[in-house]
Amino acid sequence: MTSEFQILLSILLPLAGAVGIAITGRHYPNLREALTLFTAASLTAVVWTLLPELLAGERPSVRVAEMLPGLTIEFQVEPLGMLFAALASLLWIVNSIYSIGYMRGNNERHQTRFYVLFAVALSAVMGIAFAGNLLTLFIFYEVLTLSTYPLVAHKGDSKTVVSARTYLGILLATSIGLFLPAIIWTYQVAGTLDFTPGGILDGNLAGPAVGLLLALYVFGIGKAAVMPVHRWLPAAMVAPTPVSALLHAVAVVKAGVFTIIKVVVFIFGVEFLSTESSADWLLIAAAFTVIAASIVALRQSNLKRLLAYSTIAQLSYVVMAVAILKPLSEIGATIHIAAHAFGKITLFFAAGSIYTASKKTEIHQLRGIGRRMPWTMAAFTIGALSMIGVPPTAGFVSKWYILAGSFQSDNYIAIVTIIVSTALNAMYFLPIIFYAWFCREEVAPTNDHGEAPLAIVIALTATAALTVLLFLFNQPVLDLVSQPGGMSK
Amino acid sequence: MILTDHLPALQVVVPMLIAPLVVLMRVRGLPWAVATVTSLMAFAIAVGLTNTVLDSYSVTYEMGSWRAPYGIELHVTSFSALLLLIVTGASTLTLVAGKQSIDTEIGHDRQPLFYAAWLLALSGFTGIIVTGDAFNIFVFMEIASLASYVIIAAGSDRRVLPAVFKYLIMGTIGATFYLIGIGLIYMMTGTLNLADMEARIHEVGELRPILVAAGFITLGLALKAAVFPLHAWLPHSYTYAPHIVTAFLAACSTKVALYVLLRFDFLVFQQNLSTHEVQFTVFLMPLAVFAILIASGVAVFERNLKGLLAYSSLAQVGYILLGASLVSMPGLTAGLMHMFNHALAKGALFLAVACLGMRFTRLELVNLSGVARQMPWTMAAFVLAGLSLIGVPGTAGFISKWMLISAALQEGALGVALVAIIVVSSLLAVVYIWRVIELAYFGDPPEAGQSVNEAPVWLLVGTWVAALMNIYFGIIPSLPLSLASESAASLLQHLP
Repeated sequence: MTSEFQILLSILLPLAGAVGIAITGRHYPNLREALTLFTAASLTAVVWTLLPELLAGERPSVRVAEMLPGLTIEFQVEPLGMLFAALASLLWIVNSIYSIGYMRGNNERHQTRFYVLFAVALSAVMGIAFAGNLLTLFIFYEVLTLSTYPLVAHKGDSKTVVSARTYLGILLATSIGLFLPAIIWTYQVAGTLDFTPGGILDGNLAGPAVGLLLALYVFGIGKAAVMPVHRWLPAAMVAPTPVSALLHAVAVVKAGVFTIIKVVVFIFGVEFLSTESSADWLLIAAAFTVIAASIVALRQSNLKRLLAYSTIAQLSYVVMAVAILKPLSEIGATIHIAAHAFGKITLFFAAGSIYTASKKTEIHQLRGIGRRMPWTMAAFTIGALSMIGVPPTAGFVSKWYILAGSFQSDNYIAIVTIIVSTALNAMYFLPIIFYAWFCREEVAPTNDHGEAPLAIVIALTATAALTVLLFLFNQPVLDLVSQPGGMSK
Repeated sequence: MILTDHLPALQVVVPMLIAPLVVLMRVRGLPWAVATVTSLMAFAIAVGLTNTVLDSYSVTYEMGSWRAPYGIELHVTSFSALLLLIVTGASTLTLVAGKQSIDTEIGHDRQPLFYAAWLLALSGFTGIIVTGDAFNIFVFMEIASLASYVIIAAGSDRRVLPAVFKYLIMGTIGATFYLIGIGLIYMMTGTLNLADMEARIHEVGELRPILVAAGFITLGLALKAAVFPLHAWLPHSYTYAPHIVTAFLAACSTKVALYVLLRFDFLVFQQNLSTHEVQFTVFLMPLAVFAILIASGVAVFERNLKGLLAYSSLAQVGYILLGASLVSMPGLTAGLMHMFNHALAKGALFLAVACLGMRFTRLELVNLSGVARQMPWTMAAFVLAGLSLIGVPGTAGFISKWMLISAALQEGALGVALVAIIVVSSLLAVVYIWRVIELAYFGDPPEAGQSVNEAPVWLLVGTWVAALMNIYFGIIPSLPLSLASESAASLLQHLP
């Protein structure tokens, strides 16, 4: 199997899976779910077998079509995209196991539509991860928005549809209104859209225009949820929890920050940006989002909304780390994508597990729940510790690198932001852990529940384990992202 | 001479000669079959001409071997080929797919007349496109328009009668204006052949009758093309016409008028009238901008599905004009590409509407609540075509929007403002398309128990062919692109 074929396969496989799921779905739910798992597993196999080649320094690429002269649909695998694809495909397996438990446990409707669109969304994620130029990335970025819209609107009642409208409205408006003009502007001045190590804009653009173009990108890539374009993410929480877990903690939001990293590193170029003072605002905007979102998270009483605001803060962590523009912090940004993915998916799994077993959604209802659901709350604790950045969890590693990068450049804004936000993270996560383990239930719940269904427990245990494992064995990830031609020139 | 040399003439003559024969066919289903086959032949001829044009720049044909400028000359360029493909393609696809829809809307006794009128409209449109003679254009324009009035009014909905009457009056005014303009030019130059006119008008370019003629011709054609604010005839005619007729006309009728307008503006007037650029910058461009913004805005609040799409068509005419009014190679190419891509998107959308029309007598948006559950294939095609209309990447609409924005960005500060307008109207398109999608997918069906079936298979197949063409030409746009850029180059050949 050639690597070109593998790249195409990683995009086509989920689509083929979607067709299969649609055909089998109506009459054979067991077959449908088996097919989902099979597709996820084979996708992971295809993606992960690209890894050795990449570690050997290869950059396989494949050109599909030429839309307009000079504008191609092209894929190229580089370390950052590889990491993202590997992450998303692996977590899709875990998430599918979880979905089976969750969707059946809650008797959700339209389950076939759910699995079909999930597969389409994953195909779009692979397209984003392996995109060889901005145009290709943009195409799949929009496919991801459109395919996740029905997942957000899944319940179909009027409140959900309004939230889904916010979701689609913000993501489409920013991408068509800001992102697309930014791409066309880039093409006009640079004559190419290929992701090139060192960037393509150096020498083609200077002065305030750089800051403006960067602003078009950062706010146009609404999926990164830099304030004030973050409102879609809390709105998306009306979706079933597996959607929030894989898409709105991993795939969609990470597609956003991934795109920002790609733009900063391969379109602008880190060295070019660090010489342009008009681009300095990015760090401050990201720092502001980190602090503001954490403060808003403090005030949330609904568990999923709290997690959503925490996600907004953590995404801007990545953006801020990129904006420090130092090699160490770029590595930190990349690892944080993985670390946050494992931690946050665990937290969402736990929230969904609590909902499935007890129908509880509010934080104050969680007193004493640790005794009834020890596995769930243990996983939740690990996820929360990773968010705060306590060893031995993955969050510690990424925070270490980001801090190291900020000290390298004496960037006090970043250092203060990291310290303050760590404190804020502790302030909103630790009380939940404390209530769950050390308080007694005030009133016994009406349904005397225990743990959630087995599929759910397996899934959240797996992701919690990954959170710890990434702390212990982070060397392979470091090797991947610190390759020459990867993050640094 | 072998048969292929006569293709330009056959393009017009075949449907025109078969039309009267169709009137005589009283066997049920036969008129449809003959009309479809004729339209298919016209499409094949168009493809043949396109091939020739792609090889060797253009084809000229002298009617009855009379030399131009004395005889009538047919002139097929890449621009004509682009339009021929749109017109004959739209006619063929809608006829092949639309039999059942036409059967439900038009009684069998009137069908021979209907199909005859359809073929006359087709022959009129193709005639306008291939001819190189200004008066001939007028004749074919009348044929096409009169036949269009007939097929629009053929439905059973009585609300179409006032609408078509309005169209008749406005269309006649437009054609008369055009005729007055041609008359004035003939008076001054003594020629009706466009190529000849191009050369001779230079000598008298500064005289007042020529300026007046330019005004009459522009205005008359703008009326026919439904350029804002001369669009009043269009929304109701499209809304109440039989669905298949709307699909056919929406894909091509305004574009044919625009084709004539652009040919006059760029080839005849541009290099001969000293301040002609002003017409683009202060006249057509503002109108295009108003059309884009106002029509999109109206579409957002429109309650009838076909009315909504009709207003969207007005906005798209604005896009085409906007591209042309930049008077640059990229701008004009973008405008011409949008002619093709908009025909694809609107054709598919109105075919999907025809599918809905098989099951719903009224197409107010409220009637369509929850329809996606009952007609999933129809609505999926609608979504695809709608995405193309919005300009989502991967669809044909994206290509022209990309080209239009790139072209605008080369115009400096004005360009940035134009980009803002294009972006805003794209967002308005998101809003009005999504109103339909949200209602169809997440609305509650009006009455439980009243179940509706999916549309007939043939109609669905046709709709899906049109929808998938939006994807195909969104990824591999080389055919329309080469035609459009060649046409733009030939239209701009006289400019510095």
